[in-house]
Amino acid sequence: MKNWLKFLGVLLVLYSIAGGLLLQVPRLPILHETIRNLYFHVTMWFAMMAVFIASMYGSIRFLGSSDMKHDILAVESARVGMIFGILGLLTGMVWANYTWGAPWVNDAKLNGAAGTMLVYAAYFLLRNSVDDEQKKARISAVYNIFALVMMFVFIMVLPRMVDSLHPGNGGNPGFGTYDLDKVMRLVFYPAVVGWIIIAGWIINIRIRMQKVKELVFG
Amino acid sequence: MTNKLRQIQTLVKKEIVSEWRQKYAFSGLLLYVIATVYICYLSFKQVIDPATWNALLWIILLFAAVNAVAKGFLQESRGLQLYQYVLLDPLVVIVSRIIYHAGLLFVLAVIAFLFYALFIGNLVQDLPMYLTGMILGVTGLSSLLTLISAIASRAGGNAAMVSILGFPVLIPLLITVIKFTKNAVDGIDWSVNLQYLFVLFALNIIMVILACLLFPYLWRE
Repeated sequence: MKNWLKFLGVLLVLYSIAGGLLLQVPRLPILHETIRNLYFHVTMWFAMMAVFIASMYGSIRFLGSSDMKHDILAVESARVGMIFGILGLLTGMVWANYTWGAPWVNDAKLNGAAGTMLVYAAYFLLRNSVDDEQKKARISAVYNIFALVMMFVFIMVLPRMVDSLHPGNGGNPGFGTYDLDKVMRLVFYPAVVGWIIIAGWIINIRIRMQKVKELVFG
Repeated sequence: MTNKLRQIQTLVKKEIVSEWRQKYAFSGLLLYVIATVYICYLSFKQVIDPATWNALLWIILLFAAVNAVAKGFLQESRGLQLYQYVLLDPLVVIVSRIIYHAGLLFVLAVIAFLFYALFIGNLVQDLPMYLTGMILGVTGLSSLLTLISAIASRAGGNAAMVSILGFPVLIPLLITVIKFTKNAVDGIDWSVNLQYLFVLFALNIIMVILACLLFPYLWRE
Protein backbone atom coordinates (compact mmCIF):
# COMPACT_ATOMS: atom_id res chain seq x y z
CA MET A 1 0.00 0.00 0.00
CA LYS A 2 1.28 3.40 -0.93
CA ASN A 3 3.06 5.25 1.87
CA TRP A 4 1.27 8.51 1.27
CA LEU A 5 -2.04 6.74 1.74
CA LYS A 6 -0.93 5.38 5.10
CA PHE A 7 0.20 8.82 6.20
CA LEU A 8 -3.10 10.29 5.04
CA GLY A 9 -5.06 7.70 7.00
CA VAL A 10 -3.13 8.30 10.21
CA LEU A 11 -3.35 12.04 9.73
CA LEU A 12 -7.12 11.98 9.19
CA VAL A 13 -7.72 9.80 12.24
CA LEU A 14 -5.52 11.97 14.46
CA TYR A 15 -7.29 15.03 13.11
CA SER A 16 -10.66 13.49 13.89
CA ILE A 17 -9.59 12.64 17.44
CA ALA A 18 -8.21 16.13 18.05
CA GLY A 19 -11.03 17.93 16.28
CA GLY A 20 -13.61 15.64 17.76
CA LEU A 21 -12.59 16.39 21.30
CA LEU A 22 -11.68 20.04 20.93
CA LEU A 23 -13.97 21.64 18.36
CA GLN A 24 -17.43 22.83 19.31
CA VAL A 25 -20.51 20.69 18.86
CA PRO A 26 -24.23 21.56 18.87
CA ARG A 27 -25.97 21.15 22.17
CA LEU A 28 -28.78 18.61 21.93
CA PRO A 29 -31.11 17.29 24.61
CA ILE A 30 -29.98 14.08 26.30
CA LEU A 31 -26.79 13.95 24.24
CA HIS A 32 -24.97 17.13 25.34
CA GLU A 33 -21.23 16.57 24.86
CA THR A 34 -21.54 12.82 24.19
CA ILE A 35 -22.46 13.60 20.58
CA ARG A 36 -18.69 13.63 20.10
CA ASN A 37 -18.90 9.85 20.16
CA LEU A 38 -20.36 10.18 16.66
CA TYR A 39 -16.81 10.54 15.36
CA PHE A 40 -15.80 7.22 16.90
CA HIS A 41 -18.92 5.05 17.04
CA VAL A 42 -20.51 5.78 13.67
CA THR A 43 -17.15 5.79 11.87
CA MET A 44 -16.59 2.24 13.14
CA TRP A 45 -19.81 1.11 11.49
CA PHE A 46 -19.04 2.90 8.23
CA ALA A 47 -15.61 1.28 8.16
CA MET A 48 -17.16 -2.10 8.94
CA MET A 49 -19.64 -1.79 6.09
CA ALA A 50 -16.92 -0.73 3.64
CA VAL A 51 -14.76 -3.67 4.72
CA PHE A 52 -17.60 -6.20 4.45
CA ILE A 53 -18.41 -4.90 0.96
CA ALA A 54 -14.74 -5.47 0.09
CA SER A 55 -15.11 -8.97 1.48
CA MET A 56 -18.11 -9.66 -0.72
CA TYR A 57 -16.20 -8.28 -3.69
CA GLY A 58 -13.47 -10.81 -2.94
CA SER A 59 -16.05 -13.58 -2.71
CA ILE A 60 -17.72 -12.67 -5.98
CA ARG A 61 -14.35 -12.46 -7.77
CA PHE A 62 -13.39 -15.84 -6.32
CA LEU A 63 -16.55 -17.49 -7.58
CA GLY A 64 -15.71 -16.21 -11.03
CA SER A 65 -12.00 -16.92 -11.10
CA SER A 66 -11.28 -19.64 -8.47
CA ASP A 67 -8.06 -17.77 -7.69
CA MET A 68 -7.11 -18.14 -4.03
CA LYS A 69 -5.95 -14.54 -3.70
CA HIS A 70 -9.57 -13.38 -3.89
CA ASP A 71 -10.49 -15.79 -1.15
CA ILE A 72 -7.69 -14.41 1.04
CA LEU A 73 -9.10 -10.92 0.48
CA ALA A 74 -12.57 -12.12 1.40
CA VAL A 75 -11.58 -13.81 4.64
CA GLU A 76 -9.15 -11.16 5.87
CA SER A 77 -11.67 -8.40 5.14
CA ALA A 78 -14.28 -10.36 7.06
CA ARG A 79 -11.87 -10.67 10.01
CA VAL A 80 -11.15 -6.95 10.10
CA GLY A 81 -14.84 -6.24 9.62
CA MET A 82 -15.67 -8.32 12.69
CA ILE A 83 -13.12 -6.36 14.72
CA PHE A 84 -14.59 -3.04 13.63
CA GLY A 85 -18.07 -4.32 14.31
CA ILE A 86 -17.10 -5.35 17.83
CA LEU A 87 -15.47 -1.96 18.35
CA GLY A 88 -18.64 -0.33 17.07
CA LEU A 89 -20.69 -2.31 19.55
CA LEU A 90 -18.32 -1.42 22.41
CA THR A 91 -18.28 2.29 21.60
CA GLY A 92 -22.05 2.15 21.27
CA MET A 93 -22.36 0.49 24.66
CA VAL A 94 -20.28 3.21 26.28
CA TRP A 95 -22.46 5.83 24.62
CA ALA A 96 -25.69 4.06 25.55
CA ASN A 97 -24.63 3.78 29.15
CA TYR A 98 -24.55 7.55 29.50
CA THR A 99 -27.45 8.54 27.27
CA TRP A 100 -29.94 5.69 27.52
CA GLY A 101 -29.07 4.52 31.01
CA ALA A 102 -27.79 1.03 30.27
CA PRO A 103 -25.09 -0.47 28.05
CA TRP A 104 -27.61 -2.61 26.20
CA VAL A 105 -31.25 -1.81 25.57
CA ASN A 106 -33.92 -3.53 23.53
CA ASP A 107 -33.42 -1.53 20.37
CA ALA A 108 -33.80 -2.72 16.78
CA LYS A 109 -30.46 -1.41 15.55
CA LEU A 110 -28.56 -2.98 18.44
CA ASN A 111 -30.26 -6.29 17.81
CA GLY A 112 -29.51 -5.90 14.11
CA ALA A 113 -25.85 -5.21 14.81
CA ALA A 114 -25.62 -8.21 17.14
CA GLY A 115 -27.33 -10.30 14.47
CA THR A 116 -24.74 -9.20 11.91
CA MET A 117 -21.93 -10.27 14.26
CA LEU A 118 -23.61 -13.68 14.64
CA VAL A 119 -23.94 -14.08 10.89
CA TYR A 120 -20.26 -13.41 10.30
CA ALA A 121 -19.23 -15.58 13.25
CA ALA A 122 -21.13 -18.39 11.53
CA TYR A 123 -19.10 -17.59 8.40
CA PHE A 124 -15.85 -18.31 10.26
CA LEU A 125 -17.35 -21.45 11.78
CA LEU A 126 -18.29 -22.63 8.31
CA ARG A 127 -14.75 -22.06 7.07
CA ASN A 128 -13.35 -24.07 9.96
CA SER A 129 -15.56 -27.05 9.23
CA VAL A 130 -14.20 -27.71 5.75
CA ASP A 131 -10.67 -28.95 5.15
CA ASP A 132 -10.14 -28.77 1.40
CA GLU A 133 -8.90 -25.28 0.42
CA GLN A 134 -10.85 -24.79 -2.79
CA LYS A 135 -14.04 -26.22 -1.35
CA LYS A 136 -13.69 -24.10 1.77
CA ALA A 137 -13.22 -20.99 -0.33
CA ARG A 138 -16.14 -21.71 -2.63
CA ILE A 139 -18.65 -22.58 0.09
CA SER A 140 -17.69 -19.65 2.27
CA ALA A 141 -17.85 -17.33 -0.76
CA VAL A 142 -21.47 -18.37 -1.30
CA TYR A 143 -22.29 -17.80 2.36
CA ASN A 144 -20.43 -14.47 2.40
CA ILE A 145 -22.60 -13.01 -0.36
CA PHE A 146 -25.61 -14.16 1.56
CA ALA A 147 -24.26 -12.67 4.78
CA LEU A 148 -23.71 -9.24 3.27
CA VAL A 149 -27.27 -9.00 1.99
CA MET A 150 -28.46 -10.07 5.42
CA MET A 151 -26.24 -7.42 7.01
CA PHE A 152 -27.97 -4.70 5.04
CA VAL A 153 -31.34 -6.10 6.01
CA PHE A 154 -30.30 -6.24 9.67
CA ILE A 155 -28.77 -2.79 9.93
CA MET A 156 -30.74 -0.72 7.44
CA VAL A 157 -34.12 -2.32 6.82
CA LEU A 158 -35.22 -3.72 10.16
CA PRO A 159 -34.54 -0.67 12.36
CA ARG A 160 -36.54 1.56 10.03
CA MET A 161 -39.54 -0.70 10.42
CA VAL A 162 -39.99 -0.53 14.15
CA ASP A 163 -39.75 1.92 17.03
CA SER A 164 -36.16 2.65 17.82
CA LEU A 165 -34.07 4.77 20.13
CA HIS A 166 -31.45 5.36 17.45
CA PRO A 167 -31.48 8.63 15.56
CA GLY A 168 -32.65 8.14 11.99
CA ASN A 169 -34.82 5.12 12.73
CA GLY A 170 -38.22 4.47 14.17
CA GLY A 171 -39.52 7.93 13.59
CA ASN A 172 -36.58 9.81 15.10
CA PRO A 173 -35.00 12.42 12.88
CA GLY A 174 -31.62 11.31 11.60
CA PHE A 175 -28.33 12.89 12.45
CA GLY A 176 -28.06 14.10 8.88
CA THR A 177 -31.10 16.29 8.82
CA TYR A 178 -30.59 18.94 11.42
CA ASP A 179 -28.02 17.91 13.98
CA LEU A 180 -24.95 17.55 11.88
CA ASP A 181 -23.89 21.16 11.50
CA LYS A 182 -20.95 22.46 9.50
CA VAL A 183 -18.33 21.89 12.17
CA MET A 184 -19.39 18.30 12.78
CA ARG A 185 -19.36 17.51 9.09
CA LEU A 186 -15.82 18.92 8.88
CA VAL A 187 -14.64 16.34 11.39
CA PHE A 188 -16.98 13.47 10.58
CA TYR A 189 -16.38 12.92 6.87
CA PRO A 190 -12.56 12.97 7.12
CA ALA A 191 -12.86 10.62 10.11
CA VAL A 192 -14.82 8.11 8.04
CA VAL A 193 -12.29 8.28 5.21
CA GLY A 194 -9.40 8.00 7.68
CA TRP A 195 -10.78 4.93 9.43
CA ILE A 196 -11.55 3.21 6.12
CA ILE A 197 -7.95 3.81 5.06
CA ILE A 198 -6.70 2.36 8.36
CA ALA A 199 -8.95 -0.67 7.88
CA GLY A 200 -7.60 -1.11 4.37
CA TRP A 201 -4.06 -0.90 5.72
CA ILE A 202 -4.73 -3.64 8.27
CA ILE A 203 -6.29 -5.84 5.59
CA ASN A 204 -3.31 -5.18 3.31
CA ILE A 205 -0.85 -6.26 6.00
CA ARG A 206 -2.84 -9.40 6.78
CA ILE A 207 -3.07 -10.38 3.11
CA ARG A 208 0.69 -10.00 2.77
CA MET A 209 1.15 -12.09 5.93
CA GLN A 210 -0.97 -14.84 4.42
CA LYS A 211 1.02 -14.76 1.19
CA VAL A 212 4.29 -15.05 3.12
CA LYS A 213 2.85 -17.91 5.16
CA GLU A 214 1.92 -19.66 1.97
CA LEU A 215 5.43 -19.21 0.54
CA VAL A 216 7.18 -20.41 3.69
CA PHE A 217 4.93 -23.29 4.67
CA GLY A 218 3.69 -24.25 1.23
CA MET B 1 -38.03 -21.97 -20.86
CA THR B 2 -41.11 -24.22 -20.95
CA ASN B 3 -38.73 -27.15 -20.95
CA LYS B 4 -37.25 -25.93 -17.68
CA LEU B 5 -40.72 -25.34 -16.22
CA ARG B 6 -41.71 -28.83 -17.16
CA GLN B 7 -38.55 -30.19 -15.58
CA ILE B 8 -39.33 -28.30 -12.37
CA GLN B 9 -42.88 -29.64 -12.42
CA THR B 10 -41.65 -33.19 -12.89
CA LEU B 11 -39.09 -32.88 -10.12
CA VAL B 12 -41.61 -31.49 -7.63
CA LYS B 13 -44.05 -34.23 -8.55
CA LYS B 14 -41.31 -36.83 -8.13
CA GLU B 15 -40.45 -35.53 -4.66
CA ILE B 16 -44.10 -35.54 -3.60
CA VAL B 17 -44.72 -39.03 -4.96
CA SER B 18 -41.58 -40.53 -3.46
CA GLU B 19 -42.43 -38.93 -0.14
CA TRP B 20 -46.03 -40.13 -0.26
CA ARG B 21 -44.94 -43.70 -0.94
CA GLN B 22 -42.96 -44.10 2.22
CA LYS B 23 -43.99 -41.12 4.31
CA TYR B 24 -40.97 -41.59 6.58
CA ALA B 25 -39.93 -37.97 6.65
CA PHE B 26 -43.43 -36.55 6.62
CA SER B 27 -44.75 -38.73 9.41
CA GLY B 28 -41.66 -38.02 11.46
CA LEU B 29 -42.18 -34.30 11.08
CA LEU B 30 -45.88 -34.61 11.83
CA LEU B 31 -45.11 -36.48 15.01
CA TYR B 32 -42.50 -33.87 15.92
CA VAL B 33 -44.95 -31.01 15.46
CA ILE B 34 -47.83 -32.66 17.30
CA ALA B 35 -45.59 -33.74 20.16
CA THR B 36 -44.19 -30.22 20.51
CA VAL B 37 -47.65 -28.68 20.50
CA TYR B 38 -48.81 -31.20 23.09
CA ILE B 39 -45.83 -30.52 25.36
CA CYS B 40 -46.55 -26.80 25.11
CA TYR B 41 -50.15 -27.49 25.97
CA LEU B 42 -49.16 -29.51 29.02
CA SER B 43 -46.80 -26.76 30.16
CA PHE B 44 -48.98 -23.73 29.46
CA LYS B 45 -52.47 -25.23 29.49
CA GLN B 46 -53.80 -22.09 27.88
CA VAL B 47 -52.11 -19.04 26.44
CA ILE B 48 -54.17 -15.89 26.63
CA ASP B 49 -51.63 -13.21 25.73
CA PRO B 50 -51.66 -12.83 21.90
CA ALA B 51 -47.96 -12.00 21.63
CA THR B 52 -46.94 -15.14 23.53
CA TRP B 53 -49.43 -17.29 21.63
CA ASN B 54 -48.12 -16.14 18.28
CA ALA B 55 -44.44 -16.30 19.16
CA LEU B 56 -44.80 -19.81 20.57
CA LEU B 57 -46.48 -21.07 17.40
CA TRP B 58 -43.78 -19.58 15.19
CA ILE B 59 -41.00 -21.05 17.33
CA ILE B 60 -42.59 -24.48 16.90
CA LEU B 61 -42.86 -23.88 13.16
CA LEU B 62 -39.25 -22.68 13.00
CA PHE B 63 -37.85 -25.84 14.56
CA ALA B 64 -40.10 -28.04 12.47
CA ALA B 65 -38.94 -26.20 9.35
CA VAL B 66 -35.25 -26.60 10.20
CA ASN B 67 -35.78 -30.31 10.78
CA ALA B 68 -37.83 -30.76 7.61
CA VAL B 69 -35.43 -29.06 5.23
CA ALA B 70 -32.20 -30.29 6.81
CA LYS B 71 -33.36 -33.88 6.64
CA GLY B 72 -34.18 -33.54 2.97
CA PHE B 73 -30.75 -32.53 1.77
CA LEU B 74 -28.53 -34.36 4.17
CA GLN B 75 -30.03 -37.76 3.55
CA GLU B 76 -29.41 -37.84 -0.16
CA SER B 77 -27.04 -40.55 -1.27
CA ARG B 78 -23.93 -39.73 -3.29
CA GLY B 79 -25.17 -41.77 -6.20
CA LEU B 80 -28.39 -39.83 -6.48
CA GLN B 81 -26.51 -36.55 -6.24
CA LEU B 82 -24.19 -37.51 -9.07
CA TYR B 83 -27.11 -38.64 -11.20
CA GLN B 84 -28.91 -35.36 -10.70
CA TYR B 85 -25.70 -33.40 -11.35
CA VAL B 86 -25.20 -35.03 -14.71
CA LEU B 87 -28.80 -34.77 -15.75
CA LEU B 88 -30.17 -31.48 -14.51
CA ASP B 89 -29.63 -27.76 -14.57
CA PRO B 90 -28.88 -26.51 -11.02
CA LEU B 91 -31.53 -23.80 -11.35
CA VAL B 92 -34.16 -26.48 -11.90
CA VAL B 93 -32.94 -28.40 -8.86
CA ILE B 94 -33.00 -25.46 -6.49
CA VAL B 95 -36.37 -24.11 -7.65
CA SER B 96 -38.02 -27.50 -7.40
CA ARG B 97 -36.52 -28.02 -3.94
CA ILE B 98 -37.75 -24.62 -2.75
CA ILE B 99 -41.26 -25.25 -4.11
CA TYR B 100 -41.41 -28.70 -2.59
CA HIS B 101 -40.15 -27.52 0.81
CA ALA B 102 -42.52 -24.57 0.80
CA GLY B 103 -45.45 -26.86 0.11
CA LEU B 104 -44.34 -29.33 2.76
CA LEU B 105 -43.84 -26.60 5.33
CA PHE B 106 -47.21 -25.07 4.54
CA VAL B 107 -48.99 -28.39 5.08
CA LEU B 108 -47.07 -28.84 8.32
CA ALA B 109 -47.88 -25.30 9.38
CA VAL B 110 -51.61 -25.72 8.78
CA ILE B 111 -51.68 -29.00 10.69
CA ALA B 112 -49.63 -27.47 13.50
CA PHE B 113 -52.00 -24.50 13.59
CA LEU B 114 -55.04 -26.79 13.79
CA PHE B 115 -53.60 -28.79 16.68
CA TYR B 116 -52.38 -25.61 18.35
CA ALA B 117 -55.84 -24.07 18.11
CA LEU B 118 -57.38 -27.28 19.41
CA PHE B 119 -55.21 -27.56 22.51
CA ILE B 120 -54.03 -24.10 23.36
CA GLY B 121 -56.88 -22.08 21.93
CA ASN B 122 -57.41 -19.97 18.86
CA LEU B 123 -56.81 -16.26 19.34
CA VAL B 124 -56.68 -15.25 15.68
CA GLN B 125 -59.15 -12.55 14.72
CA ASP B 126 -58.23 -12.09 11.08
CA LEU B 127 -57.71 -15.55 9.64
CA PRO B 128 -57.09 -14.67 5.94
CA MET B 129 -54.37 -12.24 6.99
CA TYR B 130 -52.88 -14.85 9.27
CA LEU B 131 -52.82 -17.41 6.47
CA THR B 132 -51.20 -14.88 4.13
CA GLY B 133 -48.51 -14.28 6.69
CA MET B 134 -48.06 -17.99 7.10
CA ILE B 135 -47.67 -18.58 3.36
CA LEU B 136 -45.11 -15.79 2.99
CA GLY B 137 -43.24 -16.81 6.09
CA VAL B 138 -43.12 -20.42 5.08
CA THR B 139 -41.88 -19.62 1.57
CA GLY B 140 -39.13 -17.45 3.00
CA LEU B 141 -38.15 -20.12 5.50
CA SER B 142 -38.12 -22.68 2.74
CA SER B 143 -35.86 -20.76 0.36
CA LEU B 144 -33.46 -19.68 3.10
CA LEU B 145 -33.24 -23.10 4.69
CA THR B 146 -32.87 -24.86 1.34
CA LEU B 147 -29.84 -22.73 0.49
CA ILE B 148 -28.39 -23.10 3.98
CA SER B 149 -28.78 -26.87 3.97
CA ALA B 150 -27.19 -26.99 0.52
CA ILE B 151 -24.22 -25.11 2.00
CA ALA B 152 -24.19 -27.36 5.06
CA SER B 153 -24.39 -30.55 3.03
CA ARG B 154 -21.33 -29.45 1.03
CA ALA B 155 -19.51 -28.53 4.23
CA GLY B 156 -19.59 -31.94 5.84
CA GLY B 157 -23.24 -32.81 6.11
CA ASN B 158 -23.54 -31.93 9.77
CA ALA B 159 -27.12 -31.29 10.85
CA ALA B 160 -25.95 -28.86 13.52
CA MET B 161 -24.36 -26.74 10.81
CA VAL B 162 -27.81 -25.96 9.40
CA SER B 163 -28.88 -24.54 12.75
CA ILE B 164 -25.62 -22.62 13.26
CA LEU B 165 -25.68 -21.06 9.81
CA GLY B 166 -29.40 -20.70 9.64
CA PHE B 167 -30.55 -19.11 12.87
CA PRO B 168 -28.80 -15.74 12.63
CA VAL B 169 -29.87 -15.39 9.01
CA LEU B 170 -33.45 -16.31 9.77
CA ILE B 171 -33.89 -13.62 12.42
CA PRO B 172 -35.05 -10.76 10.13
CA LEU B 173 -37.58 -12.97 8.38
CA LEU B 174 -38.90 -14.33 11.65
CA ILE B 175 -39.21 -10.93 13.28
CA THR B 176 -41.16 -9.58 10.31
CA VAL B 177 -43.43 -12.60 10.09
CA ILE B 178 -44.13 -12.59 13.81
CA LYS B 179 -44.98 -8.89 13.73
CA PHE B 180 -47.25 -9.34 10.71
CA THR B 181 -49.07 -12.35 12.15
CA LYS B 182 -49.35 -10.72 15.57
CA ASN B 183 -51.26 -7.90 13.88
CA ALA B 184 -53.46 -10.54 12.28
CA VAL B 185 -54.11 -12.07 15.69
CA ASP B 186 -55.10 -8.64 16.99
CA GLY B 187 -57.40 -8.12 14.03
CA ILE B 188 -55.68 -4.96 12.89
CA ASP B 189 -56.63 -3.46 9.53
CA TRP B 190 -54.69 -4.38 6.35
CA SER B 191 -53.62 -0.79 5.72
CA VAL B 192 -51.66 -0.69 8.95
CA ASN B 193 -50.01 -3.99 8.22
CA LEU B 194 -48.97 -3.18 4.66
CA GLN B 195 -45.42 -2.13 5.52
CA TYR B 196 -44.71 -5.57 7.00
CA LEU B 197 -46.32 -7.18 3.98
CA PHE B 198 -43.99 -5.27 1.66
CA VAL B 199 -40.97 -6.25 3.71
CA LEU B 200 -42.08 -9.89 3.69
CA PHE B 201 -42.53 -9.85 -0.07
CA ALA B 202 -39.19 -8.14 -0.56
CA LEU B 203 -37.39 -10.56 1.76
CA ASN B 204 -38.93 -13.53 -0.01
CA ILE B 205 -37.93 -12.23 -3.43
CA ILE B 206 -34.38 -11.43 -2.28
CA MET B 207 -33.97 -14.87 -0.77
CA VAL B 208 -35.29 -16.79 -3.75
CA ILE B 209 -33.12 -14.76 -6.13
CA LEU B 210 -30.03 -15.21 -3.94
CA ALA B 211 -30.68 -18.93 -3.67
CA CYS B 212 -31.04 -19.27 -7.43
CA LEU B 213 -27.91 -17.20 -8.08
CA LEU B 214 -25.70 -18.93 -5.55
CA PHE B 215 -26.79 -22.56 -5.79
CA PRO B 216 -25.01 -23.30 -9.11
CA TYR B 217 -21.67 -22.54 -7.44
CA LEU B 218 -22.41 -25.08 -4.75
CA TRP B 219 -23.62 -27.62 -7.25
CA ARG B 220 -20.23 -27.98 -8.95
CA GLU B 221 -18.55 -30.67 -6.98
